[in-house]
Amino acid sequence: MAAPCVSCGAAASYRLFLAGRVSFAREQGLWKAAAAGLQTGTRCQILRLKHSPAVTTKKNVAALRRESYTVDFIKKQIEEFNIGKRHLANMMGEDPETFTQEDIDRAITYLFPSGLFEKRARPIMKHPEEIFPKQRAIQWGEDGRPFHFLFYTGKQSYYSLMHEAYGKVLHVEERQDQLRAKGLFSEKPKTKDPIGSRWLIKEELEEMLVEKLSDQDYAQFIRLLERLSALPCDAAEEEFVGRFRRTVTVQSKKHLIEPLQYDEQGMAFSTGRGKRKTANAEAVVHGHGNGKIEINGVDYLLYFPVTQDREQLMFPFHFLDRLGKHDVTCTVSGGGRSSQAGAIRLAVARALCSFITEDEVEWMRQAGLLTTDPRVRERKKPGQEGARRKFTWKKR
Amino acid sequence: MAPGAVLPRLLGAGVRAAPQSRAAPRGRTLGSAAPAAAREPERGSDLSARILSEPLKHADFFNVKELFSVRSLFNARVHLGHKAGCRHRFMEPYIFGSRLGQDIIDLEQTATHLQLALNFTAHVAFRGGIILFVSRARQFSHLIESTARSCGEYAHTRYFKGGLLTNAPLLLGPRVRLPDLIIFLHTLNNVFEPHVAVRDAAKMNIPTVGIVDTNCNPCLITYPVPGNDDSPPAVQLFCQLFQTVVTRAKEKRRQLEALYRLQGAPGPPPADPTAPGAQAGLGVDHSP
Repeated sequence: MAAPCVSCGAAASYRLFLAGRVSFAREQGLWKAAAAGLQTGTRCQILRLKHSPAVTTKKNVAALRRESYTVDFIKKQIEEFNIGKRHLANMMGEDPETFTQEDIDRAITYLFPSGLFEKRARPIMKHPEEIFPKQRAIQWGEDGRPFHFLFYTGKQSYYSLMHEAYGKVLHVEERQDQLRAKGLFSEKPKTKDPIGSRWLIKEELEEMLVEKLSDQDYAQFIRLLERLSALPCDAAEEEFVGRFRRTVTVQSKKHLIEPLQYDEQGMAFSTGRGKRKTANAEAVVHGHGNGKIEINGVDYLLYFPVTQDREQLMFPFHFLDRLGKHDVTCTVSGGGRSSQAGAIRLAVARALCSFITEDEVEWMRQAGLLTTDPRVRERKKPGQEGARRKFTWKKR
Repeated sequence: MAPGAVLPRLLGAGVRAAPQSRAAPRGRTLGSAAPAAAREPERGSDLSARILSEPLKHADFFNVKELFSVRSLFNARVHLGHKAGCRHRFMEPYIFGSRLGQDIIDLEQTATHLQLALNFTAHVAFRGGIILFVSRARQFSHLIESTARSCGEYAHTRYFKGGLLTNAPLLLGPRVRLPDLIIFLHTLNNVFEPHVAVRDAAKMNIPTVGIVDTNCNPCLITYPVPGNDDSPPAVQLFCQLFQTVVTRAKEKRRQLEALYRLQGAPGPPPADPTAPGAQAGLGVDHSP
């Protein structure tokens, strides 16, 4: 994007130059028409840009945060921002109507190149809503009466939310009682999506309510929502609960699962690789079998005399309840007995991914079966006996 | 039984003929002078003075007597107190007797006190005062908040922060207006100690109305109403009474304002003591 920037930069500088000359000429007492209002505006804007509140650095925000902003002040800031945006678009030679935030950022980085390493210290021009934190307006009218019926509690939004949620719980329980009285009640087991959504965290709730909360308040609220979601709700209550849930990207979806391969007899098999410390393993898991594991041509009982290593091999199958159902053939090299066992375990788990459902893959991932153990041997440092062990300290 | 004879100490507190001085700020504001004291123009101040003085000329302007009877209090189990061991010494005048170890509250006295309390509440609501319903019983929290919301007033049934009334400019805002009346549906908090707001309201000169059970201390409450605060029917009855009274008073205020505005400043008010009950009680079902 260098060429267009340079060209519009040249045009902009030409325009700036022109504007400067025109305004200078006007100072000698020429006519002031309405159309020239834009030029004077440009001059004012250019002058203002030197100490403009619209283009602020993030550093000032922390100092500004302690003040309270009136509604008029924020409105004025928004007007100034919009006018400044249009002037910036004119300067860059672009259409003011379709000047987006990315264009503004690009223009500012072009016009005010900064060599500062801290990104937040560089000049920015953003909408005042993003710069000034959201504030509470005055909570009462002219006669002094507060607007909200829970104003005198101090935490009106939080308590009104609790009131609303509890009201919904009572309503649902009342409906249940009515159904039970008529004999139409049926115990429906509630199935909620276990993976993929979470309750919103305390900071998000604070931001939503524009109020400070304590940990106990937050815990109470979540408990009440859990209670509400455990009851049979209809669409309105589900929507209410849904307002406080956020989606969580399911990590295992990013994990690519190999499709099953088939050998000459038509039996399904799958391969997987695993690493642990310096051991490398490659495992082939067959679809049907009776739990035989062969490592480097040797049975696993002979290769791993220690029970602990055999338990490591067993873990992925035990987790998926497929203990005697698969045959494994694997090769391993490097490392010691424990790291070889860990490497084979990882390889087998990865190979098993092709045989199971996505939910089970996610559960395996959460159990830690699909993660390469990043621990490696730490180097020895000079002046010390080992990686951490220091030489014996002698007093004299 | 005239209220003056039974409760001499309350003579000056309730029905007073002289209206509040116009120059004084309406309500209690802290921190600075009244917000825009000269809201209404000069000729309007006569109107407002007339409107405000009108209810004070009648003993029961809002006809609160018809809202309840001793029978309806009995049916709502208001007379049931706690066991004799929980009795508070200062509640002894209000207790009728004790039956199988359970104290019974004298409903005749309750009726008198309740009538005074409801009348006072109505007057405060008529004058546009802020009413705060306070309770710390979790069982009735939702009911009380709904009651307060439905009559356009305020509720506080949650954890009461220390300096809420005494340090209000810091906790609630610089020029906040404090409540003009606090109604306690439960005078005790969850550990059976007197609610902090009772003492704080007395400190801040805020009148209080409170339902006092046999284990409560009625001392600092301006208009105590001896009665049961633990049974759901009793609490529901009290909530309903307060709601009716506040709504009725506000409705009456609106009616009087409209009437006087139509008539102009001079002219005697056509309202008489029986009419308010008839007019305002259109939607209210009479107590049995």
